Amino acid sequence: MSWVSIGSITDIPRRGARCVETPIGKIAVFRTAEDRVFAIEDHCPHKGGPLSQGIVHGTAVTCPLHNWVISLETGKALGADEGSVRTIPIKVEAGMLFIGLVVTADRAA
Amino acid sequence: MKLVIIGNGMAPGRMLEHLLESAPGRYNVTIFNAEPRVNYDRIMLSPVLSGEKNYEQIIIHGDGWYIKNGITLYKGHRIVAIDREAKTVTSDHGVVEPYDKLVIATGSVPFILPVPGNTLAGVLSYRDLDDVNAMLLAAQSRAKAVVIGGGLLGLEAAAGLEAQGMDVTVLHLMPTLMERQLDPAAGYLLQRAIEDRGIKVICKANTKAIVGDKKVEGVELADGRIIPATLVVMAAGIKPNAGLAKDAGLATNRGIVVDGGMQTSDPDIYALGECAEVGGHVYGLVAPLYEMARVAAAHLADEASAAAFVHSDTPTKLKVTGIELFSLGDFADGEDRHEIVLRDASAGIYKRVVLKDNRIIGTVLYGETADGAWFNDLKKKQVDITDMRDTLIFGQAYQGGAPLDPMAAVAALPDDAEICGCNGVCKGKIVGAIQAKSLTSLDDVRAHTKASASCGSCTGLVEQLMSVTLGDAYNPAAVQPMCGCTTLGHDDVRRLIKAKGLKNIYAVMQELEWTTSCGCAKCRPALNYYLVCDWPGEYADDYQSRFINERVHANIQKNGTYSVVPRMWGGVTSAKELRAIADVVDKFNIPTVKVTGGQRIDMLGIRKEDLPAVWADLGKAGFVSGHAYAKGLRTVKTCVGTDWCRFGTQDSTGLGIRIEKFMWGSWTPAKVKMAVSGCPRNCAEATCKDVGVICVDSGYEIHFAGAAGLDIKGTEVLGLVKTEDEALEVIVALVQMYREQARYLERIYKWAKRVTIDEVRHQILDDLEKRNGYYERFVYSQKFAQVDPWSERVSGLHKHEFKPMATIGMADAAE
Repeated sequence: MSWVSIGSITDIPRRGARCVETPIGKIAVFRTAEDRVFAIEDHCPHKGGPLSQGIVHGTAVTCPLHNWVISLETGKALGADEGSVRTIPIKVEAGMLFIGLVVTADRAA
Repeated sequence: MKLVIIGNGMAPGRMLEHLLESAPGRYNVTIFNAEPRVNYDRIMLSPVLSGEKNYEQIIIHGDGWYIKNGITLYKGHRIVAIDREAKTVTSDHGVVEPYDKLVIATGSVPFILPVPGNTLAGVLSYRDLDDVNAMLLAAQSRAKAVVIGGGLLGLEAAAGLEAQGMDVTVLHLMPTLMERQLDPAAGYLLQRAIEDRGIKVICKANTKAIVGDKKVEGVELADGRIIPATLVVMAAGIKPNAGLAKDAGLATNRGIVVDGGMQTSDPDIYALGECAEVGGHVYGLVAPLYEMARVAAAHLADEASAAAFVHSDTPTKLKVTGIELFSLGDFADGEDRHEIVLRDASAGIYKRVVLKDNRIIGTVLYGETADGAWFNDLKKKQVDITDMRDTLIFGQAYQGGAPLDPMAAVAALPDDAEICGCNGVCKGKIVGAIQAKSLTSLDDVRAHTKASASCGSCTGLVEQLMSVTLGDAYNPAAVQPMCGCTTLGHDDVRRLIKAKGLKNIYAVMQELEWTTSCGCAKCRPALNYYLVCDWPGEYADDYQSRFINERVHANIQKNGTYSVVPRMWGGVTSAKELRAIADVVDKFNIPTVKVTGGQRIDMLGIRKEDLPAVWADLGKAGFVSGHAYAKGLRTVKTCVGTDWCRFGTQDSTGLGIRIEKFMWGSWTPAKVKMAVSGCPRNCAEATCKDVGVICVDSGYEIHFAGAAGLDIKGTEVLGLVKTEDEALEVIVALVQMYREQARYLERIYKWAKRVTIDEVRHQILDDLEKRNGYYERFVYSQKFAQVDPWSERVSGLHKHEFKPMATIGMADAAE
């Protein structure tokens, strides 16, 4: 896995999200009211809605298409719904964000 | 035997009643009253001051009573000397009266602050009817009054003066009001309630001087502030009036010292009331004074069983209409004490019971005091409350094994029992309506009977009645909480936002005790709307609390692309506009173009990144956002009216465009769709819209509360107006009323059903002042709302929304 810089934490509004285009698809990067950051696949387990466009509350996001609520910590659907999205490793260093991507060597070469 | 009484207040009055009953004819009674009147109820002076009662209504013993009982009453005679050797008293008018037994009941005198200016004209105390009359006279000026002292008496005086139209400030030396009867929490609630009636309260206010030249002009505080006033009421406390007794050589301390039988140091002289001191205590509340009266009467009657006076705590109640307050005993904290506290912030209720060794020693009740008597009883009887400790604070109704069924009490009420005081609705009417009209929700009952539709304080009773009438068919949890973050319903939240002046989402969540740190996707957009609506120009829209469509001003589609609908005013377009749309469709490869039901054109399948560029091109052709995504004004559909139609009666297209240009950009609880038809053939289908207009020869018929979605419902007729201007004004006022009252996501037809069509008609058509108020508020809020969101974003606003934060290629990812 390699850590890739995606920009500054201030590029994302609090209680908001941005998306990042990567070779493995769109990734949604979230910043909570308390400045915690999370990265998950930008693809709701229900009907593929863009989670980066949802309303962020606590450490969860509500999908804009059909209001599924997805935990940013686990990627799992909360409440009565079942399903999950992949979470992506993310770290903050001196205000800069890095996500951890695993790309196989032969494809990268 | 000759009995002389000095003073004619409530205590000696009560003593005489007892004495006349137990030993009739034993004494020949003479009373000297310094006040020129009979015995009246001093407790009721506050209602006299506030205008709720008059003097005649508070008389206890009229002149006839004295005559009937053969009592001589000297009115306006102050006793100036007691000669214990000769056993006589002398009045200031020179009357000398011998006695065998003498009762001193000289009461108390107000404590006058020893500050400069305390004798200026306009400085009053608050003890008797003369004081009240002087205050009433002063109040006619409608000028400023200062009340010194935030205790029971001071607050009652302040409330009374305020009720008489004066601008009142209360100065209180201590940090919280009524600190001797209330703990700080209840003192705070009381202060808020007092301030809510427009009375200013300044605590920690140390009066330095009363300023003025001959007449009062103001009160100067130690910190230098001067509070202007033409009337100053000293209500900083009372002291026993023991001077006469002291001069006569009787033992005095704070008051006239008496034993448990009310006897002074002279066996032929008794004292009772506020001037007496028993066991080191002096008293100012009526209950112990009446107890003194009972004891003194028994001793004067030489009853063998005459009991001694025993000290007991007396509950304090504030006699200010609308403020419920009860205080009893000792409520200070202490290591050997336990307390049980119940708070209900939204209802303004605070209850605290202080326990020592599992027995009540003190109680403070604020907001709901019905159980005061019960707590008092438990305290008096020293009941061990161990077994009911868990439910004690909820009151008597919740004691005794299984919780008492609150339904039983309601079921037992007679049919003519009044349930809703505001609207005068009795039980029979409510039950009748529930049964006859098959009502199942509280809203329906409100709509049909008006019960609980005004102040709402009887809502619980109405709900219990519904349970009793409907049985299991009724779910009492009628108030749906907004969401899982709160127990409050939308109406309460809206009310509290206004009442508490909450102006941002964090303040709402904090003050209304949200259970989550930053809400959820249900409550945040609702709160954002309420704040936008209630505080135009002050509240900064919380962008992150808007649904994606309202954030990017387009409609998200199932595949994450967006659709864009430009405004076509009244559904009218032109070759230039159509050409611009065609060019945009070609340039951005827009897959679908469709005509909407609201007479405009929808472009579907636009990538989010392209939105600003699409808007830029549309903007150049003069297009603005159609708000097809908004909880706001959508479209005003029109027919061609008198411009072209051979049946048209008015310029329906023109009116439609005018309405749309006036109202675009406004946020509403749910979407608002309108239509204007030029004749009753109704080609614009105005009779299933949120608001519709049917033009007729004589004017404009305004319709509202239609639906053609999940529900299908024809509109209700609001009324007929004569001119286009009036039509616009009525529609704007109607929409503003809806904006201010409806719950988020509640369409007009649902809101109207709740508040009733009649009420809307009344406020918008009949009450011109209300209508104008709504209209003005809408116009004001439009100043901040009518900004085209597309051109803002073309200019760069929120540009982060429209592009990825980063794009990572294969090489970056593999280093």
